[in-house]
Amino acid sequence: MATTTPDLPRSRRPKGAARPGDRIFSGLSRGSGITLLVIMAAIAVFLTYRAVLAISQDSTNFFTTFEWNPAGNPPVFGIAVLAFGTVVSSIVAMVIAVPIAIGIALFISHYAPRKLAKPLAYVVDLLAAVPSIIYGLWGAIFLVPYLDGLNQWLDTYLGWTYIFDKSSDGVARNLFTVGILLAIMILPIITNVTREVFLQVPKMHEEAALALGATRWEVIRMSVLPFGRSGIISASMLGLGRALGETMAVAVVLSPSFLISGHLLDPGGGTFAQNIAAKFNEADEFGRDALIASGLVLFAITLLVNGAARWIIGRRKEYSGAAA
Amino acid sequence: MAKRIDVSGLSAYYGTHKAIDDISMTVEPRSVTAFIGPSGCGKSTFLRTLNRMHEVTPGGRVEGKVMLDDENLYGSHVDPVAVRRTVGMVFQRPNPFPTMSIFDNVAAGLRLNGSYKKSELNDIVERSLKGANLWNEVKDRLNKPGSGLSGGQQQRLCIARAIAVEPEVLLMDEPCSALDPISTLAIEDLIGELKERFTIVIVTHNMQQAARVSDRTAFFNLAAVGQPGKLIELDDTERIFSNPSVQATEDYISGRFG
Repeated sequence: MATTTPDLPRSRRPKGAARPGDRIFSGLSRGSGITLLVIMAAIAVFLTYRAVLAISQDSTNFFTTFEWNPAGNPPVFGIAVLAFGTVVSSIVAMVIAVPIAIGIALFISHYAPRKLAKPLAYVVDLLAAVPSIIYGLWGAIFLVPYLDGLNQWLDTYLGWTYIFDKSSDGVARNLFTVGILLAIMILPIITNVTREVFLQVPKMHEEAALALGATRWEVIRMSVLPFGRSGIISASMLGLGRALGETMAVAVVLSPSFLISGHLLDPGGGTFAQNIAAKFNEADEFGRDALIASGLVLFAITLLVNGAARWIIGRRKEYSGAAA
Repeated sequence: MAKRIDVSGLSAYYGTHKAIDDISMTVEPRSVTAFIGPSGCGKSTFLRTLNRMHEVTPGGRVEGKVMLDDENLYGSHVDPVAVRRTVGMVFQRPNPFPTMSIFDNVAAGLRLNGSYKKSELNDIVERSLKGANLWNEVKDRLNKPGSGLSGGQQQRLCIARAIAVEPEVLLMDEPCSALDPISTLAIEDLIGELKERFTIVIVTHNMQQAARVSDRTAFFNLAAVGQPGKLIELDDTERIFSNPSVQATEDYISGRFG
């Protein structure tokens, strides 16, 4: 404001960008931005270069082959099973985690008495602090034996849905178990982000519904959820990103096989990250290139998912409430 | 439609802080009653006790009685949700539901109350928008978001939303304070029309506005910051602005306040 400057002492008058503090800070932030771009470009170039080296030697179709044997002669490897396993286990995780996370977030932000909300939010944060290998060990040792019973039950009563039809015997080291484990792992991030969004719903929107005679649930339906919609999508995508790339927990729980089965309860399957973790140490130079090629596909899938999320959020921008 | 409000011995608290103290007054049906007074005197808090919105605030608590004709709004068997369906409210800042279209905004309260046929809904939405003097401006874009309207139009949309459910009473909490003078005039004209159907209570900081729109005016004041607000006097608007019976009212109205 021009009218206020004369009151300031001479030394504190703004003089454009000439002051050293401004220049240093703008240089630092610009440098950080450029560093990010350089890192992304370096990763993309590295992945693409090594992947091209591998795929050009592949004797079969990289996308449709159900086998991983880059050391063979001729080399045979494809990502069909990995893509299927990654996507399916992540979908299972999302289907389980998103509704529960929204429920927890709503409970913390709108239902729980303050005395309970704080500790509960803390417990959710704790869940995020557990290392993934611990989840993997817990899953393999504790969850898998317990899930045998659940799997039998699902097979008996929901077997007609095909996906819950258990066609072969074996312990529950399957994509469904992986999905449950991933759901637990992505629960905290989705819960925390949605909770923050729900807490930011302007009071006047909630009061608008209340004053019309809305019950608490109706306030949530009319004001909170519509306002939080884009936040819920962003949070889910963050969770999905983690589920797609999760490595150790999947590697410990799954008994990998290079088969695609629509029966989620059948043991076997694999994911990109799990396959890379399992094979990287024993692979030769070319084998590693092949694994990197699969990593590039995972990278592309993640990008695609993020792009889709942005598109969904942007599509109804005029209704988003950001302008209000 | 349009009931008498009879308040007796009403006090409201935020936690342990007493915001308003022992207020009693009668608001006649089909009239406009304005609440004026300095900031912090509790006039908005008092307004919010009339549709049980005060208790929504954490720590909010009310003592006393509010009779709407012969029903005590604070009776033990009374559901606050039901109260808010009979006592509508318009807020200081226009707050249409940002994710809803203009049509859905007006229909929102109706959809809470029950199921209507599409044709019934169309009729009520049209009638309410006409009642809020907004129909001609929005009839061609009922499916566009309500947040795309100007501030004054949004406020009239909120009024349409409030009157669509045919409340007994319409409470307005500084409905024009976020609006420009032309939009303000539109709302004031509207208030004059609405009082034929509803009991209207309006909180305002603008004394000219109180003088223009209201039949009766209540002056609230507080002894000092941190003290509870009290009702100083309630009288015909003409009398309050020409010859009030309490010196504090005259001081406030003539600007010799504080």
